[in-house]
Amino acid sequence: MPTADAAPILQVRGLEVRYGSVPALRDVDLEVQRGEIVGLIGPNGAGKSTTLQAIVGTVRASAGEILLGGVSIRGQAPERIVRSGVGLVPEGRRIFAALTVEENLRLGLAGRRSKNGAHEALEMVNELFPVLRESRRRHAGLLSGGQQQQLAIGRALVAEPDVLLLDEPSLGLAPTIVDAVFEKLGAIRDRGVTILLVEQRAQRTVAFADRTYVLANGELRMTLGPGEAGDTDRMVAAYFGS
Amino acid sequence: MTEHVQTLLDAVALGSIYGLMAIGIGLVFGVLRLVNFAYGQLVMAGAYALALTQDVSVVLSIALCFAVVLALSLAMELAAFRPLRNASPTTMLVATFAISYLLQSIALVRFGAIGKILVVIPQLTKPLTIGSLHVRWITIVTILVAAGVFAALTLFLTRTSIGLQMRAASIDSETARLLGVRANAVITVAVLISGAIAALVAVILPMAVPERILVTPDYALRETIIVLVGVVVGGIDRLLTATLGGFTMGFLVGALSGFLPSSGSWPFTSSVYLDSAVFMLVIVVLLLRPEGLFTRSRRSVVDRV
Repeated sequence: MPTADAAPILQVRGLEVRYGSVPALRDVDLEVQRGEIVGLIGPNGAGKSTTLQAIVGTVRASAGEILLGGVSIRGQAPERIVRSGVGLVPEGRRIFAALTVEENLRLGLAGRRSKNGAHEALEMVNELFPVLRESRRRHAGLLSGGQQQQLAIGRALVAEPDVLLLDEPSLGLAPTIVDAVFEKLGAIRDRGVTILLVEQRAQRTVAFADRTYVLANGELRMTLGPGEAGDTDRMVAAYFGS
Repeated sequence: MTEHVQTLLDAVALGSIYGLMAIGIGLVFGVLRLVNFAYGQLVMAGAYALALTQDVSVVLSIALCFAVVLALSLAMELAAFRPLRNASPTTMLVATFAISYLLQSIALVRFGAIGKILVVIPQLTKPLTIGSLHVRWITIVTILVAAGVFAALTLFLTRTSIGLQMRAASIDSETARLLGVRANAVITVAVLISGAIAALVAVILPMAVPERILVTPDYALRETIIVLVGVVVGGIDRLLTATLGGFTMGFLVGALSGFLPSSGSWPFTSSVYLDSAVFMLVIVVLLLRPEGLFTRSRRSVVDRV
């Protein structure tokens, strides 16, 4: 839930990223208030994943500023950024298939800022995703795609991040499983977790998020509210730059 | 028959030492993707520390050996491995060649080429007699120590947070870092454990292998090369397969040198042609199972190296 604290928990100002001489992001500004779900949509190659990678420090920003709770995190090592309160559910889930479900979740504890409360955090995730508790001794590689996505989300949540970044959590999942994933994201929102959601499913994301940024060709084109999910003309115009 | 049992036990002991070195090399490879060619020089440094202080108390001498090897391991990590963190595996391998020859040269300049006699605990080289079987105590101690180290390391890797993080970093270090795993801390712990094992080998090797009683600048170099071959043959990707590879090479060297006659003409002269026989077997294994003797993956040996 949004609090009285007006300062955004995550703020990106004038972000630029280049791959060699090719600009991937140009002058991107976005902000996420505490308790919000903010969407980030756009066509393939728009720079959505690059934005998340720049925030977590796996891609170097050539210009601009990234602030977490008002403090700059630009240029820091990824593990330090994660330990500062940024959780990431990476594209493709990237779970450790050879480790058990429980070991994957325990790994997520590495991102915690305090050693206290780790047990409670694991319990919270097991309550949110009962399938993880049921299959805690199984190798994570044996889980279905949807279960692996729940594990990837749970693994990031046990660190109790200030803001959770999700990179295309519905990618490669069957429609019914996508429904379940969005339902879980709603439950996570209800627990007061701040979310920045990168998605290909544009309309669904716009309807789901409090605000959604549309990114195309490395630039922010517009911001949409949940009521504008049906405004396909505007979205198409943003996507194709007309 | 008794002689064969003694030879086999000695071969298991030698396999255990090589297995220990394989663990040391495999641990660092796991987290850094770095084949540490200079691993033998850590053993050499420890052996010199022991040789130079053996007139003092045994405990103090062994403690000093561990201190020297751990300090050198840490220095390697900070001065060489860390600055080359993002370098290609080839660059890192060549860097460890350089470190290896640098340390050998320092030892040569400082201590000379003649070498120093080293007997750490003379009592352990005496035999234990069971009927007609004579087994040296160090043989038994070596096997037990290697088994103990492997068991302790397995517990460490599966039961502790840092061990779990080490396993994750060895599978996918980028994802591990994205979960908050401190890469440098995990790597430093792996390098230090690897160093502690090198120090342990420095203590055991001169007692367990009679020709290793003389500490020279190229001490443990031959063992390192054979162990490196062993971990590749076994499967360097996983600690267990790497260890089994190292153990198998040690066992083969021990068994062949025991069972082959010590005189005669090729191919029956073990003292001269032992390495040829061992490496011939390695070539046969790599031809038949290029993915590694103990691994289940189908990646080629070139990829793994």
